[in-house]
Amino acid sequence: MGGTKIDVAYVSNLARLELTDEEKAVFQPQLESIVKYVEKISEVDVEGVEPMMHGRPLVNAFREDVVRPSLDREKALGNAPKRVGDEFLLPKIVEGAES
Amino acid sequence: MELFELGIKGAQEGLAKGEFTSVDIVRSVIDRVHAVNEKVGAYLTFDEEGAIRLAEANPKAVPIAIKDLINVEGQPCTCGSKILKGYVSPYDATVVKNLKANGFIPAGRVNMDEFAMGSSTENSALAVTRNPYDLGRVPGGSSGGSAAAVGGDLCIAALGTDTGGSIRQPASFCNCVGVKPSYGRVSRFGVTAFASSLDQVGPMTKSVEDSAILLKALAGHDEMDGTTPHDPVPDYVAEIKGATLKGVKIGLPKEYFDVSGLDAEVKRITEESVKRCADAGAEIVEVSLPHTEYAMAVYYIIAPAEASANLARFDGVRYGHRSEKATDVLSLYMKSRAEGFGPEVKRRIIMGTYVLSSGYYDAYYGRAQKVRTLIKRDFDEVFGKVDALITPCAPTPAFGLGELQNPLTMYLNDLFTIPSALAGVCAASVPAGATAAGLPVGVQFICGGFEESKLLKVCKAFEDATGRVECRRAI
Repeated sequence: MGGTKIDVAYVSNLARLELTDEEKAVFQPQLESIVKYVEKISEVDVEGVEPMMHGRPLVNAFREDVVRPSLDREKALGNAPKRVGDEFLLPKIVEGAES
Repeated sequence: MELFELGIKGAQEGLAKGEFTSVDIVRSVIDRVHAVNEKVGAYLTFDEEGAIRLAEANPKAVPIAIKDLINVEGQPCTCGSKILKGYVSPYDATVVKNLKANGFIPAGRVNMDEFAMGSSTENSALAVTRNPYDLGRVPGGSSGGSAAAVGGDLCIAALGTDTGGSIRQPASFCNCVGVKPSYGRVSRFGVTAFASSLDQVGPMTKSVEDSAILLKALAGHDEMDGTTPHDPVPDYVAEIKGATLKGVKIGLPKEYFDVSGLDAEVKRITEESVKRCADAGAEIVEVSLPHTEYAMAVYYIIAPAEASANLARFDGVRYGHRSEKATDVLSLYMKSRAEGFGPEVKRRIIMGTYVLSSGYYDAYYGRAQKVRTLIKRDFDEVFGKVDALITPCAPTPAFGLGELQNPLTMYLNDLFTIPSALAGVCAASVPAGATAAGLPVGVQFICGGFEESKLLKVCKAFEDATGRVECRRAI
């Protein structure tokens, strides 16, 4: 931290989010100023402080491991952008495989 | 008085006496929506026939407007985003089931900042929502549609969600009561996730008593949300009967008053509110929450980090927008998200991905979680000394549409609401006064975790001491 520079083009690829050149130009200074702002936390002494992961202390919430009715298949597929039968249809994933 | 002007209490009383039916209320609300929604833009969609059918089947039920990120089976759920255009919810969120089981029905879907990211509702990709008290101003956000609908009498009451202030700040801008419950008090199942360690659903209503009635219906354990404990839900309505400020210790956190961006009129109204509490018998104690100045920075690491993970599900595969231009799976992700998300959501995804990325995680996310512990400790300590805190809710009254162009300036709206969200405690905004120009201003009360009874009591007594805040509506 301290003077780190966010590389918007690099990070947007990590986020699987394509940006136009215009967006990159707009976001770069905006995100730099946000990053600069949040670096304020480097002033705080956190030696020996436990991280807080949640709004209240949590313990595992168990339930009986039994089969129960779940979302109806047609409903689950109801919002699919593309489907074949009971499956979501996607462009081919494995290179060289038959599609 | 028209039925749409009623709050929950008045509606329930009239229904019980048989003065009118649920269908009468729903029709009155629909007429009101037809008359003024074009100006206010509170609702995105209103399934009128569906709402009337539900009212016919539940003749004593009170209709509630639903923020457009809460799933209601068979209804759209766009989250204010283009990426969910055409999406139809396959199931009811637990809060919706709870509403239906407790004499309420969902009626109409109200606007919001895209995926609840924003403080003005201007980040909605779908519609402009205006403040019912000044149509040139924003309703606040992200629950701006809920606040505008309640404040403009376009509904009886509404559900909102609060991650860093999204119930309380718009409530302050639109003259309504807004309660952010303690983290875990209300189930998040079926509520589109923004920042999972912070999100809570809560009531936005025309009175404190209405919030007590609605919170009682919403709260409780849900086996679908592991963060909801089995703690019994108090009868908040009974709890607030005869509420008084006599002998109540109210803390005045000095860090909330020495702020450069605090509007002079908001400061005046907050100080008058403190005096009203004192006059009503409260003991006012100056307190300190020393890590307050770091809360915004912590929030703008943690919330985008969690959002970037939560929004990874919008990939064009199972639901939501899919790009027509994709040639393979990678470009399907890249382009579907590029076309579907708006600018603020993109900024936060990038920010969140950055702070979680290799080499930066410890310095940002890891450290922010530790500072969050210190912020929580501040609250734990202070609630050992006082019953409640009083603070300004938002640093300014409602600002003009288009007035705040810089993202960081917009973020500062949540300066006073973020620390309590990080600590997971409960807080509320209650109408407190009006500016010279006639804009409503709320004041914030904060209580400890799962201390909603105490919070609502203080709010009720404050509301009684204040009386109705009269502001002239623009509709």
